[in-house]
Amino acid sequence: MAIPKTLGIETEYGIFLRGAGESNPIAASSMLINAYLHDLATANDHQAKVGWDFEDESPGNDARGFAPLGSRPPDIETHLVNAVLTNGARYYVDHAHPELSTPECADPLSIVQYDRAAELIVERSMRAARRMLPPGQELVVYKNNSDGKGNSYGCHENYLMERQTPFGRIVAHATSHFVSRQIFTGSGKTGTEAKGLTARDVPYQLTQRADFFEEEVGLETTLKRPIINTRDEPHADATKYRRLHVIVGDANMSEVATFLKVGTTTFILSMIEDDFLPRGFALESPVQAMRQVSYDLTLRKPLRLLDGSTVTALDMQWELYERASKYASERGTSAVGGPVAGQVLERWEAVLTQLEDDPMELADQLDWVAKYRLVEGYRERNGLDWGDPRLTAIDLQYHDLRPEKSIFRKLGMQTMVTQAEIEFATVNPPRDTRAYFRGECLRRWSDQIVAANWDSLVFDIGTEPLRRVPMMEPLRGTADHVATLFEECATPKELLDRLAIGG
Amino acid sequence: MAEQEQVRKQAPVRREETVEETPAVSEQGEKIKAELDDLLDEIDSVLETNAEDFVKSYIQKGGQ
Repeated sequence: MAIPKTLGIETEYGIFLRGAGESNPIAASSMLINAYLHDLATANDHQAKVGWDFEDESPGNDARGFAPLGSRPPDIETHLVNAVLTNGARYYVDHAHPELSTPECADPLSIVQYDRAAELIVERSMRAARRMLPPGQELVVYKNNSDGKGNSYGCHENYLMERQTPFGRIVAHATSHFVSRQIFTGSGKTGTEAKGLTARDVPYQLTQRADFFEEEVGLETTLKRPIINTRDEPHADATKYRRLHVIVGDANMSEVATFLKVGTTTFILSMIEDDFLPRGFALESPVQAMRQVSYDLTLRKPLRLLDGSTVTALDMQWELYERASKYASERGTSAVGGPVAGQVLERWEAVLTQLEDDPMELADQLDWVAKYRLVEGYRERNGLDWGDPRLTAIDLQYHDLRPEKSIFRKLGMQTMVTQAEIEFATVNPPRDTRAYFRGECLRRWSDQIVAANWDSLVFDIGTEPLRRVPMMEPLRGTADHVATLFEECATPKELLDRLAIGG
Repeated sequence: MAEQEQVRKQAPVRREETVEETPAVSEQGEKIKAELDDLLDEIDSVLETNAEDFVKSYIQKGGQ
């Protein structure tokens, strides 16, 4: 049976030091994060910096149960800044980019809240860094996925799934969703970075990432990127769970797009676990189909299936939506976000209907539409050709996280969470996952926690040995389970003693 | 998490009819165009002054 989908998003941001000539991205990323941590420590005099614990990390494990020859597991860079925040998130330097992983969330609305909180944390980091830099210099961060020159960085989604679901079934069904969901998840991009193509061939496309996928299934994340990534590192009890690490998505500015991206995928994966999807839309060439969908602004071009028939991305999404709607009424919503699942279905249906009628109606909801309206309007008004750097500048600046420079912020697009909820989420963890335990421990006793990671906390309470608290169940350690415990324990020692008794 | 069952109505039948094109630019259309014009003015005021240099200098290392 489908299990509740514990969710997370990890975003690698683009970073740029202005006013300093050459910029070293690793140093810039470290400075950004250290500036934020320094500000927190100053505001909060007992806030010690808690580092990440790499003991249980194994990103080279392959979900297919083998390591293909020649594939390179990712390296872990332990020497770079790597912090855990009181909201349960991880903020660190990865591959020359600042990266922020949200805490574990129990539904797609919570994901939107913590993804937006991540942006606010980055915005504050930029401000903190500006105070440390010489006049005329500033760090600027972009929430996008490419520099327009063939270099891409990711926004990955994570979904907790039950271990016993055959991986082949996940591949068969999730692939067609990842290809077709681009019609609402895309952040839009001027031009193309695919080999052999120019802005003449592809003036504008739906997504930032489609150009970068070369394989159907694989372990890589930085080269020869696969549509289905096989990293098998559940950060939880591996006998019961797997974590599907989804690397095909764009970083979204639009809250509606983030909500739909994660909400619809939650449905698809639960339906896969329950074997509720009747046919797999076996595409003739999934890699080609990724690009074909991304390049087709009409949303009408048919994709070829292995059986010789054709289908459009919109048709695929309609069929998946109708199936999801039936799934919710027959099986309930406990695996797909509880009460929030109804909102996913409503929004999914409304967006597909508008995409069918006139996509431009969605300029206040979807990134690719909003950005297209701007660049096309600007192009027409100024008589520019596609490929003009001014259009590319608008594209980049859409994703600028400085409020005064962000083009996205000028648009007043629909929101799904309030400013107060976002503010709250910058320091407080979600109450309904194990992130609550992690975040609350850090808020209370950061000076007695020596290391933390997704599935454990290590305490130093002054007696040997250090005490490690395993957290192998993502839905234990919630406020329901441990809020009372926190009220009753004045010190971590009391907490650890109580946990030991409770087993 | 609440194990709440949601009773949902059947998925409505998809709309198939096509909407007729309106012949002249409507008042609504004029309003939308004016809004876009204002927005483009605003973009001009925040857009990097030397777009070409800015776009050229935005180089990232590949990530995941």
